[in-house]
Amino acid sequence: MSFLQYLINGISIGAVYAIIALGYTMVYGIAKMLNFAHGDVIMVGAYVSYCVTSYLGMPAIVSILVAVVACTVLGIVIEGLAYKPLRGTPSLAVLITAIGVSYFLQNAAQLIFGSAPKNFKSIVTMQPLTLFGGGLTITGEVIITIAICVAIMVGLTLFTSKTRMGKAMRAVSEDRAAAQLMGINVNQTISLTFAIGSALAAVAGVLLCSTVPTLMPTTGAMPGIRAFTAAVFGGIGSIPGAMLGGILLGIIETFSKAYISTQFSDAIVFSVLIIILLVKPAGLLGKQIQEKV
Amino acid sequence: MADYPKNVVQVPTFNLFREQDAGKLPVLDVRNLGIDFGGLTAVDSFNITIGPTEIAGLIGPNGAGKTTIFNLLTGVYQPTRGSVLVNGIDIKGMPVHKVNKLGIARTFQNIRLFSEMTALDNVKVGMHNEIKCSFLSSLLRLPGYYHAEAAANLKAMELLEFMGLADVADQKAGSLPYGVQRRLEIVRALATNPSIILLDEPAAGMNPSETAELMHQIRRIRDTFHIAIFLIEHDMNLVMNVCETIAVVNYGKIICKGTPEQVRQNPAVIEAYLGKEDND
Amino acid sequence: MKKLLKNKTFLANSRIYLTVIVAFLVMFSLSNAGILSSSWKGYLVPICAYISLAVSLNLLVGICGELSLGHAGFMGIGAFSGIIFAALLKDVVVSDTLRLLLAMVGGGLLAGIVGFLIGIPVLRLRGDYLAIVTLAFGEIMKNIIGNLYAGVDENGFHMAITTSKMALGEGGKYIINGPMGATGVQKLATFPMGFLLVLFTLFVVLNLINSKEGRAIKAVRDNRIAAESVGINVTAFRMKAFVVSAFLAGMAGVLFGLNYSSITATKFNFNTSINILVFVVLGGMGNILGSVISATILYVLPEAMRSLEDYRMILYAVVLILVMLFTWSPKVKEIVSVISAKLSGIFKKKEVETNG
Repeated sequence: MSFLQYLINGISIGAVYAIIALGYTMVYGIAKMLNFAHGDVIMVGAYVSYCVTSYLGMPAIVSILVAVVACTVLGIVIEGLAYKPLRGTPSLAVLITAIGVSYFLQNAAQLIFGSAPKNFKSIVTMQPLTLFGGGLTITGEVIITIAICVAIMVGLTLFTSKTRMGKAMRAVSEDRAAAQLMGINVNQTISLTFAIGSALAAVAGVLLCSTVPTLMPTTGAMPGIRAFTAAVFGGIGSIPGAMLGGILLGIIETFSKAYISTQFSDAIVFSVLIIILLVKPAGLLGKQIQEKV
Repeated sequence: MADYPKNVVQVPTFNLFREQDAGKLPVLDVRNLGIDFGGLTAVDSFNITIGPTEIAGLIGPNGAGKTTIFNLLTGVYQPTRGSVLVNGIDIKGMPVHKVNKLGIARTFQNIRLFSEMTALDNVKVGMHNEIKCSFLSSLLRLPGYYHAEAAANLKAMELLEFMGLADVADQKAGSLPYGVQRRLEIVRALATNPSIILLDEPAAGMNPSETAELMHQIRRIRDTFHIAIFLIEHDMNLVMNVCETIAVVNYGKIICKGTPEQVRQNPAVIEAYLGKEDND
Repeated sequence: MKKLLKNKTFLANSRIYLTVIVAFLVMFSLSNAGILSSSWKGYLVPICAYISLAVSLNLLVGICGELSLGHAGFMGIGAFSGIIFAALLKDVVVSDTLRLLLAMVGGGLLAGIVGFLIGIPVLRLRGDYLAIVTLAFGEIMKNIIGNLYAGVDENGFHMAITTSKMALGEGGKYIINGPMGATGVQKLATFPMGFLLVLFTLFVVLNLINSKEGRAIKAVRDNRIAAESVGINVTAFRMKAFVVSAFLAGMAGVLFGLNYSSITATKFNFNTSINILVFVVLGGMGNILGSVISATILYVLPEAMRSLEDYRMILYAVVLILVMLFTWSPKVKEIVSVISAKLSGIFKKKEVETNG
C-alpha cells in the first residue's frame, strides 16, 4: 500500500513540476531561450497569493486569481523590457539577462518580505480522502493539484490545436520567419506565450506552497531547476513532453527518496535525466533534428 | 599498399581515362552505392571509378541527389547499400575525420569556412593532421612547437599564394568576398593533403571572369598536386571544358557516363534537363 | 608577414601577462604596506580563484563554443579533495607552500579525471542539451560532495558517503563531515600562490588557444561539419578543452577551499556556476583579458556595495540586465548613438558659439 501512496504523492509533486515545466517549454519552443527567471515568477505568485489571503483577508480563490493576473502582467513586462530588445542576439546574452531578472526578483522579494520564511496557509480546505481502511491517505492538496494539472493540460491542448492564437504559437515555434511571412504577429505571439507561462507559474506557486508551506525568496529556484529538467526530460518545446516529464520526475524523486536514499535524491533525479538524454538526445517526446550538410 | 582488398579494380586502359592513369589503382572506387531516407530512395546503384589524376564531373538537375552522393563519399551519411573505396580502403562505418585521412577532401555547396578565424588559420586547420607537434609541447611551448608552427605557416602561405589568396591571409574568413571564400575553401581542402578533392558547385555565385579563372585553377591544381578532382557544377561551360569524364544523375541514378562529347549528345541527358518533348 | 602574425598574438598575450603582473605587484605591496583593509585583503585570494575559474570556463564557452552550467562542480571537487589532500599531507610535508601546491595539483588532477569520465558520455550532446547535462552534473557533484564524510584515526584514512559506514576510532578527526562540510581547515591559500595560479592558468589557456589544438577547437566551434571534413576528430578536441577546463577549475577550487577555515558543498551550487558564466559573458566570449577584468570587478562590486546592504544584490541584478541590454540590444544601441550624437551636436554648437 505504501507503494501506491508514494506513487500518488509523486504524481502530485510531478503535477506541480509539470505546470512549471509547461512555462519553460512553451517559452523555449517559441523564443528559443532558457528562461531561468521562470522559477522566480512562481515565488512571486506565491507571495501575491499569500499577501491577498493574509493581509487582505480575501478567500483563497480570489488570491489565486490576483496572483495569476499579477504574474501574467509581470511576465509580459519582463519579456517586453528585458528579453524583447535582445531578440536575435546570441542566446547566451538572453540567458544572462534572464539570470539578471531572476536575481532581481529574488532580491526584490527579499527586500519586501525579508529572508525569513513565511508560513503559507494551504488554499485547500478539502478533507483528506482515506481509502483501504486508513492504508492510503490522499490529501486535498494532492487531489486539487492533480485535477488542476489535468485541466490545464486539456485546456492548453485545446488552445494550441483549436484557436487562432494557439495555432499561431505553434507556427512561430516551428519556423519564426515563415510565420512572420504568413502575417503572424511574432512579437505579440511571444508576449502571449510569456503571459500564459507566467499565469501557469502563479498557479504552480500557489499549489507548491500549499503542499510545502514555507515561502521564501528562494522558494522558486530549486523547483524551477527541477521543472526545467522535467521539460528537457520530456523533450523541450513539446507540451505533452513537459507534462510527461514533470510527472515522471515527481515519481522518480518520490520513489528515490522512499526506497533508495533521501540525501541522494537530487543525484538520482539528475542521473536519470542524463541517462535519458544519452539514449534519446532530444528527450522523451522531442523531435530529433538532423543538421543539413 | 599491400593491404588493398583483392577485388580492387584497376583503371582500365581503354576509353575515358587519362593515359597516365592507366593500370593504376583508382583513387575513388564506388560500387553500387545507395541510400534510403525513410522509404525514399535518394541514391541508387551509383557506380564510378576515378583515376589518380582525373578531373570528373557530376551533373544533373536540381534535387537529383548530387550533394547526397558527396555526403556518402565523405562519410557524412552511411550508405544503405554498396561501398566506397578511397585509395582501395572501404570507408564503411568510418567517422568523417577518418575518411578525410584516407585522402578525400571536399568543399561545400553552402560555404562552410571557419568564419571567425583568419584565412591563414583556416588553411592551417586544414593542415592539422600534418602538423607534428604534441599536445604537451604546444602547451609548454617547447622548441618543437615553434618549428612546427613555422613550417606550417610557410606551407599555408604557399598554398594561399597558389590560389592567389596571399593578400587576404590575415583577414577574417567570414568577411571575405564570396568568390574568394569559395577559393579559400579549395585551399583548405588541399591543405589536408588529399589524393582527391570533391568540389560542390565551386563556381556558384561567381561572375564569368572569376569562373574562367577558376577553370584554369582547377586544371592547375591537378597538374601541380597530381590529384584527382570530382566536381558538381551547374555551369555547363565549366563542366564541358574542364572535366574529362562526366556522370549525369537524375532521381538518384546515373543516367549517362562518358566524355563531355558523349554526354552532350546523349538523349537521356537532354531529356533530363529539358524534359521530354511530346510532339517529337 | 609571418613575423608580423607571430608578433600580433605575442603582443596581445604579453599585454595580458603584464596587466596581471602589474596588478599583482600593486596589490601585493599595498597589502604589505598595510594600506589595504583586512576585508579587502580577504578578497585577494578569492579574486585569483575566480579569475582562474572564469578563464578556464572561457576556454569552454568562448573558445570551444560549448555552454557549461556546471563549472562550480569541478571547483567543488577541487576544493574538497584539496582539503583532504592538505590534511593528509600535514605530517608528511612540512612546508605550507609545498603542501598547498601538491594539494592544488592533486585537486586539479582529480577534477580533470572526473571531467574526462563525465565527458565520455556527455560530449555526445550539443548546444542547449549539453548545457543542461552539465547543469545536472554540477548538481550531482554538489549532492555527492555534500554528503561526503572523510576523516582520519589511528587506522588511517576513512571515507564514506553515509554516516553509518563512517566509523572513526577513538581520537579520530573528521576532515569533512557530511552536510556540515569541511571544518577546521588550515588556511593555506596565499595571495602570491593565487597569483601563480592565475599565471599558470593564463599560460595554459593562451598557449592552448594559439596552437594547432586551439585552432582545431575554434574550427569545431565555427563549423563542426567542416572541421570534421578536414580530418579533425571533433569529439577528441571537445574532450581536450573540457578536461583542461575541469583541471584548471579544480586547481582554483583547491585555492578557494583552502582560503576558509570551514566550507560547505552548497557554495558550489548552480548559482556559483552561473556567476562564473556571467564573468565570462560580460568579459567577452573568447576574450581572456576580459575574463580576468570582469571576474575581478564583478567579484569586488557586490562586496564593495555591502554598505548598501539589502539593495546591493538588486543593484547588481539591474546592472547586469542593463549591461546586457547596452552591449547587445540593437535598439538600445541605436538610441544611445542617437542621444550621443545629439549631445555631441549640442557641444559642437556651443563650441562654435564660443568660438564665434
